[in-house]
This record gives sequence, C-alpha cells and structure tokens, in this order.
Amino acid sequence: MMEIGLNHYLVLSTILFTIGLVGVMRRKNLLLLFFATEILLNSVNIAFAAISHYYGDLTGQMFAFFVIAIAASEVAVGLGLLIVWHKRHGTIDLDSMSSMKG
Amino acid sequence: MFEAIAFYLFAFLTIAMFFIAVTTSQALYALTALAAGMIFISAFFFILGAEFLGAIQIVVYSGAVMALYAFGMMFFDTTRDVKEKNGNKFIVVGLSTLAAILVVVIVAVPLLSENITALYPMTEGVGNTQDVGMVLFTKYLVPFEVAAIMLLVAMISGIVLAGKKMDLSLTLYSTAEITDMKKDQDMKVLS
Repeated sequence: MMEIGLNHYLVLSTILFTIGLVGVMRRKNLLLLFFATEILLNSVNIAFAAISHYYGDLTGQMFAFFVIAIAASEVAVGLGLLIVWHKRHGTIDLDSMSSMKG
Repeated sequence: MFEAIAFYLFAFLTIAMFFIAVTTSQALYALTALAAGMIFISAFFFILGAEFLGAIQIVVYSGAVMALYAFGMMFFDTTRDVKEKNGNKFIVVGLSTLAAILVVVIVAVPLLSENITALYPMTEGVGNTQDVGMVLFTKYLVPFEVAAIMLLVAMISGIVLAGKKMDLSLTLYSTAEITDMKKDQDMKVLS
C-alpha cells in the first residue's frame, strides 16, 4: 500500500485514459473534443515516464518527448482548421460537419 | 512514505481536474481544469525522477498549448452552454473502460516477461537533463530532426489557416468565389 510501484502508475494512467475516452465519446463541441485528446496523450505520457523510471531505461522519456511535440503540432493545425470552419459556418459542433456525407 | 502521500494526493487531484474538464458544460471551466491537471501531471514526472520531462510538460502544455487554446477560444462563442450527445451512458462507459484496459494489457504484457534489459540505461552520477541530452542527440537524433520539421510544418499551416486572407485556396470555397477574391486582390494591386 505504502510502496508505490509500477502498477500504481499504470492503473492511474488507465483511469485517466478512460476519462479521456469518455470525453471523446460524449463531447460534441470540437474544442472540448480536443481537450479530451490532450487528456489521452497525457495519460500515456505518465505510463511512459513510469516505465522509464522502473526499468532504468531512458527510451520511455524519449517517447514522451515526441508525444509532447506531436501534441503541440496537433493543437496548432487543429485550432487553425477550427478557426477557418468557425469563420465559414459560425459553429464548431460536430453535427454541422457533414459536407462530405454521401 | 512521502512518495506515497504525494502520489495519492496528485493522483486524486489529476483525476478530479480531468473529470471536471470532461464533464463540465462551460468551455472556460474545462480549459482551466485542463491546465491545472497538466501541472499536476508534471508532479508525477518530478516524483519519477524525470525532471526535464516535468519542466517540458509545464512549459509546453501549460504554457504553449493552453495559451494557444485560450487565444483560439477568443474566436468562438464560449459563453454559451455546450450541448452534449445523449447516447446510452452504460455503452459509453463500458466501451471506454474496455478500451483502456486493453491498452494497459498491451503495455503490461511485455513487462511480465523477465528478460527485459534497458536499451539506453541511465548513467550513474549524471543528472537527468544531461542524461536525456546525451541520448537524445546521439541515438534519437533523426527522430528529433523529424519532429523539428513537423513542428515547422505545423507552425506554417497554423499561420496559413488562421491568418487573414490567406485562406483563398481552401477547398470549402467554390471556384467562382476564389476567382472573385483573386480579382479583387488584382484590382487592389493594380490601383
């Protein structure tokens, strides 16, 4: 109980990942959908750092760095697209994005 | 002892913050809770001895990403309450729990095998930042450069997408509109 092991961190990562997945499934506003994806990426980062620490290997931290870089560029591109869509349609709800529907 | 206290405290705080970020109907509350959760997550990195990762987490997430979201929210109507999908809640919660357990199994099953050796073991007597630097600029140099190019691409695309009058070639415009806009620009240049 008092000794914090790798499993503690993996369970915490699972809980955060579940919260993020619930967010992805129930959000309709695209901005809040982006928030949920940030939660997913962060929970995976915790698992990477914990495995890196408990196995004495730096590879996990390296992957966490690249995940952070990918998250930053995702935010830049996604927010740009969102701004263009909002200028054009005045809404960022997922339901309004059906222009490619057959 | 102190590690356990810190772990449980920050675990509770992080889960609470992310739960608020996912469930609230106010976009501003979600943004604030998300920023707080990011800072609490950096505490785990400090506990785990990855100081550089913790500092990067605070700088990039709480600094850059959250500021970007805050600026992006100026474009949107954030005072209005957010509507939600009203699907079957049991299906949503069940599916996400199942998916998260699967992810942990995928990560944890290789760890159960005994013969794991560190590919890039941590050096003794060297700080975390120095260690990270040595591995990052030798073994992971190519991914590092690729990440740099990816960030450059993201920056340019962000400028092009969000900038004024730089969206002339977007596919959402019809051809007539684009030619009209081009004509307007030509007139401005000529006059």
